[in-house]
Amino acid sequence: MSAAERIQTEIETNPVMLYMKGNAMFPQCGFSARVVQILTHVGVPFATANVLEDAELREGIKTFSNWPTIPQLYVKGEFVGGCDIITEMFQSGELTTLFAENGIPHKADA
Amino acid sequence: MRLPEAGKCCGIVTQRTTLMAMHANEIEALIKSALPDASVSIEDLAGDGDHYAATVVSESFRGISRVRQHQIVYAALRGRMGGELHALALQTSAPE
Repeated sequence: MSAAERIQTEIETNPVMLYMKGNAMFPQCGFSARVVQILTHVGVPFATANVLEDAELREGIKTFSNWPTIPQLYVKGEFVGGCDIITEMFQSGELTTLFAENGIPHKADA
Repeated sequence: MRLPEAGKCCGIVTQRTTLMAMHANEIEALIKSALPDASVSIEDLAGDGDHYAATVVSESFRGISRVRQHQIVYAALRGRMGGELHALALQTSAPE
């Protein structure tokens, strides 16, 4: 399975899918850690993939999203953004709106 | 909720390789070559020429998604983002 096929399957299977460095328990980059912190705070269930464990995935996700950096968040198969956009959306309340609109359970507002 | 400070990346990384770093004016010039109308302000977050925050305001951003806005800026940086430009916190918007 190519990296693109793997990503396509993952974003279709997981309503909230985060490509990151490390995992939710042990993020290995401050930017990835921040997105994990936001998703955890919002209380949304999410799956993660660790790009540091797979060089093909690390490059593949950049090409797939046309986005040069990690982390990358997908919601219902759509690319939502990286750390800056997620932070901005969290602070403005747009992130919880996005989850609500997609019928994804979450608990907290910003 | 308190968010960690922007621009602090991989902890272990912190390579002070000035060789690889980009100057703020180089970043600004690249962005302006793609978006001549843009107002660009760049802050060197760590003073190491490697961790920047940029605010870019341009009419070309009006009515398009944030993802698309950032993709335009990344395209202007011609592949440097994620490579020699290690960290660039980006904020984009159309003029008020």
